[in-house]
Amino acid sequence: MSKTIMTVDDSASVRQMVSFTLSGAGYGVVEAEHGQDALDKLKAAAVNLIITDLNMPVMDGIELVRAVRSDPALKFLPIVLLTTESQDSKKQEGRQAGATGWIVKPFKPEQLLAVVKKIIGA
Amino acid sequence: MDTHQTAYIEEAREILTELETSLLELEERPDDMELIGRVFRALHTIKGSGAMFGFDEIATFTHHVETAFDLVRSGELTVSSDLINLTLAARDEIRKMLEDHGNRSEEDQQTADEILINIKHLTQGTKGEKAAPENTSKSGSPPPKPRAPLPEVKGKLATFRVSFKPTPEILLTGTNPILLLQELAELGECTIIIGNEAIPPLTEINPELCYVYWEVILTTRSGENAIKDVFIFVEDCSEIRIDLIDEDLDPDDDTQHKKLGEILVDRNVLSASELSNCLAKQKRIGEVLVEANLASNDAIDNALAEQNHLTKVRQKHKDHAETSTIRVEAGRLDNLVDLVGELVTLQARLSQKALRENDPDLISISEEADRLTAELRNNAMSIRMLPIGDTFSKFRRLVRDLSKGLGKQIVMTTEGEDTELDKTVIDKLNDPMVHLIRNCIDHGIEMPEEREAAGKPPQGTVHLKAFHSGANVYLQITDDGKGLDAEAIRAKAVEKNLLSADATPPESELFALIFAPGFSTAKTVSDVSGRGVGMDVVKRNIDALRGTIELESNKGTGTTVTLKLPLTLAIIDGLLVQIDTGFFVIPLTAVEECLELTRQEARLAQERNMISFRGEIFSYISLREMFGCKGEPPPLEKVVVVEVNGSRIGMGLDSVIGQHQTVIKSLSKVYQNITGLSGATILGDGTVALILDIPQLVHCAEIERRGG
Repeated sequence: MSKTIMTVDDSASVRQMVSFTLSGAGYGVVEAEHGQDALDKLKAAAVNLIITDLNMPVMDGIELVRAVRSDPALKFLPIVLLTTESQDSKKQEGRQAGATGWIVKPFKPEQLLAVVKKIIGA
Repeated sequence: MDTHQTAYIEEAREILTELETSLLELEERPDDMELIGRVFRALHTIKGSGAMFGFDEIATFTHHVETAFDLVRSGELTVSSDLINLTLAARDEIRKMLEDHGNRSEEDQQTADEILINIKHLTQGTKGEKAAPENTSKSGSPPPKPRAPLPEVKGKLATFRVSFKPTPEILLTGTNPILLLQELAELGECTIIIGNEAIPPLTEINPELCYVYWEVILTTRSGENAIKDVFIFVEDCSEIRIDLIDEDLDPDDDTQHKKLGEILVDRNVLSASELSNCLAKQKRIGEVLVEANLASNDAIDNALAEQNHLTKVRQKHKDHAETSTIRVEAGRLDNLVDLVGELVTLQARLSQKALRENDPDLISISEEADRLTAELRNNAMSIRMLPIGDTFSKFRRLVRDLSKGLGKQIVMTTEGEDTELDKTVIDKLNDPMVHLIRNCIDHGIEMPEEREAAGKPPQGTVHLKAFHSGANVYLQITDDGKGLDAEAIRAKAVEKNLLSADATPPESELFALIFAPGFSTAKTVSDVSGRGVGMDVVKRNIDALRGTIELESNKGTGTTVTLKLPLTLAIIDGLLVQIDTGFFVIPLTAVEECLELTRQEARLAQERNMISFRGEIFSYISLREMFGCKGEPPPLEKVVVVEVNGSRIGMGLDSVIGQHQTVIKSLSKVYQNITGLSGATILGDGTVALILDIPQLVHCAEIERRGG
């Protein structure tokens, strides 16, 4: 069965890009607009990996990571942060909250896929 | 303007400020790779994010500046004050673009274009004037941070010890360590050792924690950075050590691998003095260390695994490496083989003497000497000789590729791969053989349809055969193609002024013209052969080997090229036989089996020239008769069954003495033309035994019978 990945971003264009790339590579994709939306949708869908942006309204990426880690059903779920270089401190924060990895923006589709493969396998 | 664009502008401003600082620093230290990298990354981010969020103008403009710095990074362009000035100007221009997003004036556009033209001018002439790379790092990991200079062993085979001790909580970050190990394994050959000392008793285990660690001995060409990239997401929550333990896998380097103790000292399991104390006890080092409580069993096992890995990798490497060679003057080897020949003869005398004296001491010495002589003989021969088989198998690919290219169906068969030849001869044979085979394929064998029309199977055959005959080695290349067209050769030869128009030479002389320089009968020049520069070169090469080349061809059925190469001295295994009072040697390679005939059976066989054995009937030649021996035949005649050209023939003779190491001595010039004999050898008691040339003997017998 193909693996399902959730992309969390308030920017529709970034979601679209991530979604397009992943489904092109054969993964199932679930989209969420922000952290809270993601948590709601996680209840309904079985997801193998979350790729989330950091700055989002309602619930940001760091909070999402913390929420996922504190949920017994989701605590081992891998989470990838989308960061920019100038957000190094944010990256550390996310790391401490329990993020699995990160991708620096801007990124190319092949980089995204490489990280996904690294974290959840082929 | 959406929030991302605002965020982008915000970020871009920061980056531009940083870029300015970096550029000014770079002006003072133009060789600082770290600064160059920083400038490149800044430009890259501006470009990349710009494109991501709709600032295409900025992205396109920045792209060209970035290209320049990519060239600088790769060392193809040097940092000049011109470049710094232009980049600073470009930076200001980017900033303007940010401020007036979407409302650019004509004038500003001109300034931007001018900058670009100047930058392009700078990058012109470098070979890498190409698009900027996709990104600064290949795996989607953050751009490489400045690293301490590492011994860069990329591309070279090196062995690393990667110690990966994840924090127990690693699973809680969603990381699957198994995937990381798999990723490592993809980099090269690796041995993974698990460290499980820390696993608590079952009742105390928290299944959410990771109690184990791994040591991976990895042999890779990817270099240390690639290994670091694997652990990029876990490096700050795990203990990761990467040590280069074996960099130089030069197979000629015979220095021994690290000893167990050394490895343990390396790993800080124990100190060097503790090691030497233990070594003094002269027990197995591993046991001693465990007894002395200096290292746990696991530590020892890990180190042993590392040692095994290194040994294995080195051994593999060695196997693949070309064997080192010494070039020796051929004359010296000739001498050596001559001397060994003498020694073999002398040894035969010694063993005969020992047997006659029946002295156990002497016999045992003789047997020892016999063993050594045989070994020495094999060694001396093997120094110079190589089986032709390796060369034959090289041609398989050639035949396959050429026939595919020409649309012909051709198989190659070989015979006599074991025939040994001087290495130098084999080396020099390669080119002429390639050319001859190409000729067979190109000119000899027809297209499948043509073959079928001629009543032949569509698939053509090229047959390579090698065999010894006396002091010569023969190589035959036979095809079952259309054969040589004597008339075409004639016409061509006349055209090329190699033959006068009214001459009518015999076919064999006509065929020999093929080897004249500049001769080619192919109507169109193909890329396989047919340039007419080949056959004369082949002839010259064979001449240089003191060999001869002969061509035999029947129109419609094929062509055989025979190369005859001299083998000045060889030692063969032979079967020593006796006929009347004479001794003869039959090359053992030809011998199939031996059988006996009663006098009556022998008489029948002689009358019919046939013998029946195991329900099979084959030709019989009485050597007694052939050599005109007058003496009384023994009551039981021996028959040695030999194989010649695929058919079995029985040779009638008096007695079979046994296997004999035969040093071939050429017959003197006077006897050079005797058929049926290829040489002579000296037996232990000084008697001369003649070596039978079986194919020639059979040929003679055939002629005689046909004549009779």
